[in-house]
Amino acid sequence: MPRVTYIQADGQAQEINLEAGSSLMQGAVDNMIDGIVAECGGSCSCATCHCYIDADWVDKIEPAGEMETDLLDCVSEPKDNSRLSCQVKVTDSLDGLVVHLPATQF
Amino acid sequence: MAAKSRCIIIGASHAAAQLAPTLRQQGWTGSISMISNEYFLPYHRPPLSKDYLAGAKNAEQILIRPAAIYNKCDIGITMGVTAATIDRRNKQLQLEDGMTMDYDKLVLTTGARVRKIDIPGVDLDGVFYLRDLNDAQQIKLFTGDNKRAVIIGGGYIGLETASALRKLGMQVTVLEAMPRILQRVTAPEVAAFYARIHKEEGVEIVADVQAISISGDKQVQSVQCHNGTEYKADLVIIGVGVIPNTALAEQAGLTIDNGIVVDEYARTSDENILAAGDCTSHYNPIYQRHLRLESVQNALDQATVAASTICGNLKPYSALPWFWSDQYDLKLQIAGLSQGYTDVVVRGDIEGSRSFAAFYMREGKLLAVDAVNRPQDFMFGKRLILQGNQLDPEQLADDSLPLKTLIAS
Repeated sequence: MPRVTYIQADGQAQEINLEAGSSLMQGAVDNMIDGIVAECGGSCSCATCHCYIDADWVDKIEPAGEMETDLLDCVSEPKDNSRLSCQVKVTDSLDGLVVHLPATQF
Repeated sequence: MAAKSRCIIIGASHAAAQLAPTLRQQGWTGSISMISNEYFLPYHRPPLSKDYLAGAKNAEQILIRPAAIYNKCDIGITMGVTAATIDRRNKQLQLEDGMTMDYDKLVLTTGARVRKIDIPGVDLDGVFYLRDLNDAQQIKLFTGDNKRAVIIGGGYIGLETASALRKLGMQVTVLEAMPRILQRVTAPEVAAFYARIHKEEGVEIVADVQAISISGDKQVQSVQCHNGTEYKADLVIIGVGVIPNTALAEQAGLTIDNGIVVDEYARTSDENILAAGDCTSHYNPIYQRHLRLESVQNALDQATVAASTICGNLKPYSALPWFWSDQYDLKLQIAGLSQGYTDVVVRGDIEGSRSFAAFYMREGKLLAVDAVNRPQDFMFGKRLILQGNQLDPEQLADDSLPLKTLIAS
């Protein structure tokens, strides 16, 4: 099971073992991680599961699709490494992944 | 708060799945019990007419939270039991199986049930309403390549179901009693768009037609309409709206007005009983009227407010309603409520393409947005609604002008 570290805006970190194949969003929701709201439950509709992929990992993740890219333009404080966590599937090759959470989803 | 305080949540819904763990996060140390008349852990309902029906997701994949979370948060879940009555004076809940439970805080997240129609043949095998996982599981048994489905009701549920059944290779007819589909919820332009897309996808939509009977020999065979037409069917799905589940609240003497009336802190007329989600009627400060919403957003946000209230941390509820509907390759996102609009401004080619935004206006201000495959127009539309400024219809309609530029800084 790939291990993912979620780091809150205030620096607090939580390490979680995720089921390969599940999404970064689901992992956060399943483990009650603050900062991921995920209103739409993962259908790429609400942009309330915004996160930043740690710089060391950006190249190892499939790029965002068109819908996601458009939504990411609208989140508060978008950056080059912004992603919607519901659209990032966790695989064994992402073991050790580090994700930073924004201060707000709205 | 005393460690032995008891919180009971009735209904294992979106709101309940949000409320119970949030109570723990906010420091509730008492017991938490969830009572459900279903046999499943809380699950996402929207996929029932979409990915679940089409086979893209299974029952486990639509759970809102895994079972382990409820254990971890020490949340007791009793399934397959219906709450019968509330004794407010003694703060007791009676269950239909005769059991009695004491509560300090009670939360009604009872949701809504389908509106039923009273025509001959609705009890035949192969005739369904679609509200819960059990319905969807049963419906799946009647699906199959080239089989015929008739859907009664051209609202979002009916149209999403049509889309899912087409994916499974079924021949689909939608019967709508009103002059057009989506009559209650969209402008004629948007309804015409969906009618065109469904036609392009091979669904037959018949408006202005009333289903008057369903016939078959044990199993459904056809649907008859008021004008003498008849449609063959291996499967009939009825989707004509929902009714809030208020019976328990009514019996308890709580204030009801098109839903269980709650204040901005999710409290009913009894301060120890709260309610959240589809079953409630609440005042919305943005639209300045009471609303009863059928929406995931409302269930989650109101449940979060209820959790705060229970933990003694009052945070008023004020949220812009939003909804979504997935059909075929169309992602519709709806921001706000369009009721009372006087003008519709369309951005993009609504007659020929599969991407547009419709802005519902009143007195020059934006009330609501329907955005199809245009997440930016949805997201920035939300902000424009909340800003409440006068907007120029020509600018709204100008597709070369990003909506972002209309937002006042």
